[in-house]
Amino acid sequence: MTTNTRKTHELSYAKLTAVWLALMVLTALTVAASRLTATGIPHVWVSLAIAILKGGLVVSYFMHMRTESTVLRWFLFVTLTTLTIFIGLTFFDVLYR
Amino acid sequence: MNQARHNDHEDAKLGMWLFLFTELLLFGGLFLLYAVYLRRYPHEFAAAGKRMHVVLGTLNTVVLISSSLMVALAITALQRHEPRRALWLVSGTVACAAIFLVNKYIEWHAEISHGVYPGSALLKAGAPGESIFYSLYYLTVGLHGLHVLIGAIFLTVVIVKLKRGSITAHNFTLLENGALYWHLVDLIWIFVFPLYYLIL
Repeated sequence: MTTNTRKTHELSYAKLTAVWLALMVLTALTVAASRLTATGIPHVWVSLAIAILKGGLVVSYFMHMRTESTVLRWFLFVTLTTLTIFIGLTFFDVLYR
Repeated sequence: MNQARHNDHEDAKLGMWLFLFTELLLFGGLFLLYAVYLRRYPHEFAAAGKRMHVVLGTLNTVVLISSSLMVALAITALQRHEPRRALWLVSGTVACAAIFLVNKYIEWHAEISHGVYPGSALLKAGAPGESIFYSLYYLTVGLHGLHVLIGAIFLTVVIVKLKRGSITAHNFTLLENGALYWHLVDLIWIFVFPLYYLIL
């Protein structure tokens, strides 16, 4: 009757659970890193790298971005680029003032 | 006709994503403030961060990621014509939202009763960087908590519609958009958690 299911690709239970497992491991890793490693600015970068990896998994699999249209992926790209420019320009100001 | 319904679905999803992008920019602004003040007050942020409840924060991270998994599984369940399973999974997500908010309540109650809240005498007497850390913490986590609440209400509507049979394997735009919103809530927490609870 309708074609609703056509564009929304089905992700198997196993695949979604595997993504969840990866997210749990990365959570354990980020907590462990905060307890074991020396704190300070390098640790901020490690935490952010792990967070970006986790965020990427959520967006790609849980939010189905991997199978979305090109338009939507471009929108995501433009949003993230805008955010990066905002943050980049602010730091350019803060660091070299 | 088929094409029209298909386009409605795609348009609704595109609209949801556009809204989510504005949400990313909103929280992005708060993270930017955090970053600038972390650079200005690294020692004060470290001192303030040490007082955070890491165990509760970690527990809430596990709760949110698991709730995200359940709502993602619910879409697959519906696509496989298992509406009852989808119903249970979305209910699980809403239950996790409740657990998250209860944990948050416990955490904030402990902090506020120790005199740690914006404008408190304790923070006013302390270093300025520490009070900025807690102001940003209450603002960011409070706004995120509001999103958890809205997401839970959104998914409760989805549950009602699943029960009534108006969300089906052929028409599940609302479930999909509810799930997208919920994943965004999860996504933001993934960044809030290390920045406020773990970094220093």
